[in-house]
Amino acid sequence: TRTRENLSAQLDQALSFTRTVDESDLEDLEAILLTADIGLSTTTEIIGRLRERAKREGIESGSALKNLLKQEIKSILDDVQRVVRPPSTPPEVILMVGVNGTGKTTTSGKLAAFFQSQNRSTLLCAADTFRAAAIEQLEVWSQRSGVPVIKTRQGGDPSAALFDALDAAKKRETQVVLVDTAGRLHTKAGLMAELDKMRRIAQKFVAGAPHQVFLVIDATTGQNGLQQARLFTESAGVTGIVLTKLDGTAKGGIVVAIAHELKLPVVFCGIGEKMDDLLQFDSAAFVEGLFN
Amino acid sequence: MFENLQEKLQRAFKNLRGQGTVSEENISEALREIRLALLESDVNLNVTKDLIEHIREKALGQQVATALSPTEQVIKIIHGELVELLGRDTARFKFASQPPSVILMAGLQGSGKTTTTGKLAQWLKKGGHRPMLVSVDVYRPAAREQLAVVAKSIGTQLYTGNVGADEAGTPLVLRLAKEAKRDAANFGCDILLVDTAGRLGIDEELMGEMSELKKLLNPSEILFVADAMTGQDAVNSAKAFHDRLGITGVVLTKMDGDARGGAALSIRQVTGAPVKFIGTGEKPDAFEPFHPDRIVSRIMGMGDIATLLERA
Ligand SMILES: Nc1nc2c(ncn2[C@@H]2O[C@H](COP(=O)(O)OP(=O)(O)OP(=O)(O)O)[C@@H](O)[C@H]2O)c(=O)[nH]1
Ligand SMILES: Nc1nc2c(ncn2[C@@H]2O[C@H](COP(=O)(O)OP(=O)(O)OP(=O)(O)O)[C@@H](O)[C@H]2O)c(=O)[nH]1
Ligand SMILES: [Mg+2]
Ligand SMILES: [Mg+2]
Repeated sequence: TRTRENLSAQLDQALSFTRTVDESDLEDLEAILLTADIGLSTTTEIIGRLRERAKREGIESGSALKNLLKQEIKSILDDVQRVVRPPSTPPEVILMVGVNGTGKTTTSGKLAAFFQSQNRSTLLCAADTFRAAAIEQLEVWSQRSGVPVIKTRQGGDPSAALFDALDAAKKRETQVVLVDTAGRLHTKAGLMAELDKMRRIAQKFVAGAPHQVFLVIDATTGQNGLQQARLFTESAGVTGIVLTKLDGTAKGGIVVAIAHELKLPVVFCGIGEKMDDLLQFDSAAFVEGLFN
Repeated sequence: MFENLQEKLQRAFKNLRGQGTVSEENISEALREIRLALLESDVNLNVTKDLIEHIREKALGQQVATALSPTEQVIKIIHGELVELLGRDTARFKFASQPPSVILMAGLQGSGKTTTTGKLAQWLKKGGHRPMLVSVDVYRPAAREQLAVVAKSIGTQLYTGNVGADEAGTPLVLRLAKEAKRDAANFGCDILLVDTAGRLGIDEELMGEMSELKKLLNPSEILFVADAMTGQDAVNSAKAFHDRLGITGVVLTKMDGDARGGAALSIRQVTGAPVKFIGTGEKPDAFEPFHPDRIVSRIMGMGDIATLLERA
């Protein structure tokens, strides 16, 4: 963080002394965006737009320039937000997907508690039958949140667990089913096809399901995040991003590139390992975070 | 998906034919392409800047030798710089003079520590060692069960200990570690692998726990387990762990994906610690010693650069 603090501090100093916007200000801002993992292509576009607007709107001070930049990024994130309403006939089925170790199981547990707190009856489905002790991990979250979990045995068919969970949800008139799936790299065709299969099973059993497919992305992720979002959307029909581990020093800027290029909104953020370390995404706060 | 660096450089140099030396003008377009390739590979911005400066210096005024095109010359320079940064050779694994040697696994949440602990144990077993595993992750749900399943699947000794007695926290962690080391010695295990909870470099309390573990165990290796998909923040986390612990090596996991793994360069640059192994899958045998050359080829989006350059 020290480098980043210096960068930001230096920049503030530089900006407060300059009366007109020049290329070196833009370069400093570009460095902040690149260091936040927004990526060269999206960054170049944002800075290009900023340069034009600054000229057109006669921006005089550096701080005004910085505010303009914040607006630009915020609007990229806001423009892709969608209004989501729970389906008229429950259950609402939410599939948690993503590469290995991003926080799917933890976020499933947090979301279970979140929906429960909104008085929506919830069910967890342990559809990671592959990773060692993944089921036990979700069971602990089930105890913590007081939300029941449906599972099969380790090594079993994840689709069978999904089927059982949907069946139980219908019988119990549960409102939300959260499906925790195994981590998988987007490059593994066989594992991606498994997600597609789960999606079709959900659809067959509950009209319109899965209603939401959350791609869980770790804030430390670099440029590969874009490819993750691309390929998970192809196989699993991602509807939104959950950005985890924002409590660390990583900024999670890759979601700006994802919003910009793939039009996917960020829905929730993870800010720790405890049950209530979950926030609904707030674009203004996120953008502020990029500059701190 | 990616156009490889060679093609991009060829474009940058297409106007060069006939000129004797690579000029400032030719080189700046090539350097832009190199910068792009490095940033797209997640090499840290400052590390990228340094590299570009070195490459510029070396490339400027180079004679266009007959055997190598300007593109090839520049590729040779980049290749040389990256390999030099990463270290030319596959790093050695250190053991203690008095067994058991302790290997401490460290890293951010979800980077692959527990999985790698199993892989490393399997690798050591194949090398004729008798490893024992212990998990001191008393925080994450089912973390210790996960290592137990891994240990069973590869048929390795595991120290379980009793966690019921004390509250989860540093004293419990230290007790488990101490007992495990004694147990390893008793069982004639020559290596103890200690799997720890994932933690953030800015978590004062848990980083403090990590240094207490180091003090207690006197490990011969402290391996920083890092995800190959890590972006710009790699320098911050690696530095935080290194400043606190003095890491002796890095394991780069999830290299079976399509991430370029530029974080390896960033981590090496801020810590000086060599990448020792890579993880290439979820199963215990998806693990291999690290070859600097391969990741350099990967970052440059090119196959076997060494062979290409043999003509030089
Ligand atoms: N600091 C922090 N850690 C988190 C957050 N979310 C998850 N984690 C931690 O990240 C690690 C991985 O989380 P999991 O929920 O197991 O991730 P996963 O995606 O289910 O992993 P796989 O199923 O193995 O692919 C665990 O140590 C979690 O406690 C967060 O928002 N902040
Ligand atoms: N594809 C792939 N997956 C890996 C590799 N190494 C680990 N994983 C997966 O990454 C996820 C996280 O691995 P863990 O070993 O649980 O990570 P950890 O660092 O112990 O996580 P915490 O203890 O929660 O901090 C799991 O799904 C592993 O199967 C690898 O080299 N390739
Ligand atoms: Mg999981
Ligand atoms: Mg672990």
